[in-house]
Amino acid sequence: MSAQAIVEKLKAKFSAEILDVVEFRGETTVTVKKEQIVAICTFMRDDFGYNLLCDLCGVDYMGQTPRFMMVYNLYNITTKERFRIKAPVAEEGANIDTVSSVWGTANWHERECWDLLGIKFNNHPDMRRILMPADWEGHPLRKDYPVQGPDREPYKGRLS
Amino acid sequence: MAVNNSETMTINMGPQHPSTHGVLQLILELDGEIVTKATPHIGFLHRGIEKLSEHRTYHQIIPLTDRLDYLAPMSNNLGYVLAVEKLLGITDEIPERVQRIRVIMAELTRLKSHLVWLATHALDIGAMTVFLYCFRERECITDIYEKVSGARMTSNYFRVGGLSADLPDGLEGEIRDFAESMPGHIEEYEGLLTGNRIWQKRTIGVGKISAEAAIDIGITGPALRASGVDWDLRRDNPYSGYDDYDFEVPVRTGCDTFDRYKVRLDEMRQSARIVLQALDKLKPGPILADCPKIVLPSKKDVVNNIESLIHHFKIVTEGFKTEPGEIYHGIEAPKGELGFYLVADGSAYPFRMKIRPPSFVNLQGLPQMVEGRLLADVVAVIGTLDIVLGEIDR
Amino acid sequence: MVMTPEVLTLSETPWLFTGVMLGKIIVAFVATLLIVAYATYAERKIIGRMQTRMGPNMTGPKGLLQPIADGLKLFFKEDIIPSQSHWFAFILAPMMILAPAFVSIAVVPFGGDLQFTYDGTLYAVPMQITDLNIGLLFIVAMAGLGVYGIVLAGLASNSKYALLGGIRSTAQMISYELAVGLSVVAIFMLSETLSLRGIVAVQQLPLWGSDSLSFLPNWYIFTQPLAFCLFVVGSMAEINRTPFDLPEAETELVSGFCTEYSAMKYALFFMAEYANMITVSAVTTTLFLGGWGGPFWGWINFLIKVFAFMFFFIWIRATFPRLRYDQLMYLGWKIMLPLALVNIVITGIAILLW
Repeated sequence: MSAQAIVEKLKAKFSAEILDVVEFRGETTVTVKKEQIVAICTFMRDDFGYNLLCDLCGVDYMGQTPRFMMVYNLYNITTKERFRIKAPVAEEGANIDTVSSVWGTANWHERECWDLLGIKFNNHPDMRRILMPADWEGHPLRKDYPVQGPDREPYKGRLS
Repeated sequence: MAVNNSETMTINMGPQHPSTHGVLQLILELDGEIVTKATPHIGFLHRGIEKLSEHRTYHQIIPLTDRLDYLAPMSNNLGYVLAVEKLLGITDEIPERVQRIRVIMAELTRLKSHLVWLATHALDIGAMTVFLYCFRERECITDIYEKVSGARMTSNYFRVGGLSADLPDGLEGEIRDFAESMPGHIEEYEGLLTGNRIWQKRTIGVGKISAEAAIDIGITGPALRASGVDWDLRRDNPYSGYDDYDFEVPVRTGCDTFDRYKVRLDEMRQSARIVLQALDKLKPGPILADCPKIVLPSKKDVVNNIESLIHHFKIVTEGFKTEPGEIYHGIEAPKGELGFYLVADGSAYPFRMKIRPPSFVNLQGLPQMVEGRLLADVVAVIGTLDIVLGEIDR
Repeated sequence: MVMTPEVLTLSETPWLFTGVMLGKIIVAFVATLLIVAYATYAERKIIGRMQTRMGPNMTGPKGLLQPIADGLKLFFKEDIIPSQSHWFAFILAPMMILAPAFVSIAVVPFGGDLQFTYDGTLYAVPMQITDLNIGLLFIVAMAGLGVYGIVLAGLASNSKYALLGGIRSTAQMISYELAVGLSVVAIFMLSETLSLRGIVAVQQLPLWGSDSLSFLPNWYIFTQPLAFCLFVVGSMAEINRTPFDLPEAETELVSGFCTEYSAMKYALFFMAEYANMITVSAVTTTLFLGGWGGPFWGWINFLIKVFAFMFFFIWIRATFPRLRYDQLMYLGWKIMLPLALVNIVITGIAILLW
């Protein structure tokens, strides 16, 4: 099924949820509201066969509202097609429902997202830090987190 | 009578353990020798490559990608470079010679990575000799790496829009000799392992995972193909001109360690085939795309041509700018799907780079595969998943 | 004039007896130690050659001083006793492993009689430290004692990996001792003696007492091929060699029971492993390959056979992966033990019929 047809069907079923549809370099991105994300993901998996969640990550658009964007890169192993769903997440108490019930692989990806960006996943089975030490403070991938780490002078040795 | 639940023993495997392939830590709960619960802990090698990338120009990130899966550096280079090219929209402008050389190097990298996998996997199960045989062949590939890029492991060879240098003279013959000798060497490994009763006993039926469970967990690459899912990005979403070559995608349905072993060995044979085909089709030509704003001009042009000098200066000092947008590009790395998700905001730095490392996702399947099995199976399963901690922890 | 040689006894010639005895002990002990040291060298060289690499070649000519350098290094390393370990058992364990390994050598005959004249009398000295009339039982008993050392090492270290290694090796050695013990029962039934010297003497007769087969010696490997296989495999398991090296399976248990050991204590474990390898080779040679019998002079035949076995063990190590714990138990209890019992029954019937 072409991406166009999928977008049409999504619009028909979740008309109130769709915020934006973008096509760039042949990749379709649909931005949806975060409230129905689990239902939308289940719909994508069951009705369009997007059985593999390739990647899940958050992006920090600091300065914009809502600040965060969750990105779900889907893949359909049968038709070999890709699709992308995004959902904005507000900075205030950043949280979104987990999709680990839809794709088991989301479990660690969401833990990583919590660890590095500080987005909470509701109903997640195992919400712990994964890459950083358990007692780490802050979320390093946020744009306001200094690249050299907390409480250190910025590195000045580089030319550019 | 009250049930005493404290009869299990918790054992800490790693991060300093001979067979966790780096700094993986597993907390195992053992009932006798039977694993009742396995909890992987990762992050001991976290270097923040994604964070660093947000502060580097697109070209400066290539050396960082070498350090992801350090056993297959050129595959990481390729994945990243292809993603950036897709973001820039110059995928169609890559010269043919570049694509051929990229395929040759990517397939040699696959061989290199699989050789290390076989070596360590066999060593984990106790077959010491295979380890050294595999490293003998891997040495040839590192030599080729060195001649091509100057480094044996962290190659940093591919560039956005081309390659850092052409193949040195005479190397094509060397690669051809190696690729022709490879099937014989694979026979040698198979002779030591495949028919060996102990090897079969240790691998058949160990670490089973069904196709549905594997897809749910997100396992990709050889591990998924051994569960009967016929999916290979090289064939199904071809990149770098892979549709030009004639190769088979080995698929088996045993879902166990033995079939993953066979699938990888068959893949090595196919890789050698692809290398030979690519060498046959390799013709002289430019090694950089004709995109002066992205690709560094040749030294001769820089000296003789003011425009090239300006481009050179701009690219080196500022990097190149991209249009705002976001793309995801996945390639078939030796361990599974290696994906790069890039968000660009129009500056010379990626706004966000997310790496989808295959090992990270594959490792998630470990608890499912080992729980209820013996301690010795844990090392077999770690080996068969072919994890590299550099890529898991990033 | 042919003189019948006298046998040395403690009551008649106490000083001569003691001197000869001490001499034999020293020769056997030093030879064993040397073989242990150079077995490590040989293993590294042979496996190196099999794995397309060099093996040790820097220390001394062709690396020949490597075992000595290794020994010195281990001797001068800091000897760590973990604070949480039980220190007495921790120190005792390596000794308890090494001592039985060396003591077993005492009953193995490595040659025929050595004859010499002293004070006008011709004496015959057997080339064997002592000819116990229950020699074989003694060896089985000593092998059983060696288990205690490993169990103790595993327990005293107070480390989980060591404990697992200790448990594994206890289970392994006990189950394989049964198969090994039963497989040699068939030998006693044929030889009607437990003395190793007696067993060798029987094997020097022509095969099955038949003159037409007199070109072959009556080695028990021809009569008891099944027992031979069971004994060799079982012994490999008992001395923890690949493919049965589970107690110290490096990739699973780090180093098994010797995880916490360092310096000379660690070296003692290694010496015990190689000493056990020598003992097993020597016992197999004695029981199945006619001991010192053969074309050359007594002990040379013996050493050739022993070295051939050791080469075989090293070769196996370069070839095979490691078994899993449950498969090892399965092999021991469900295959080897019944086979050994069947072998006894068949041997018994055969003895009755002939």
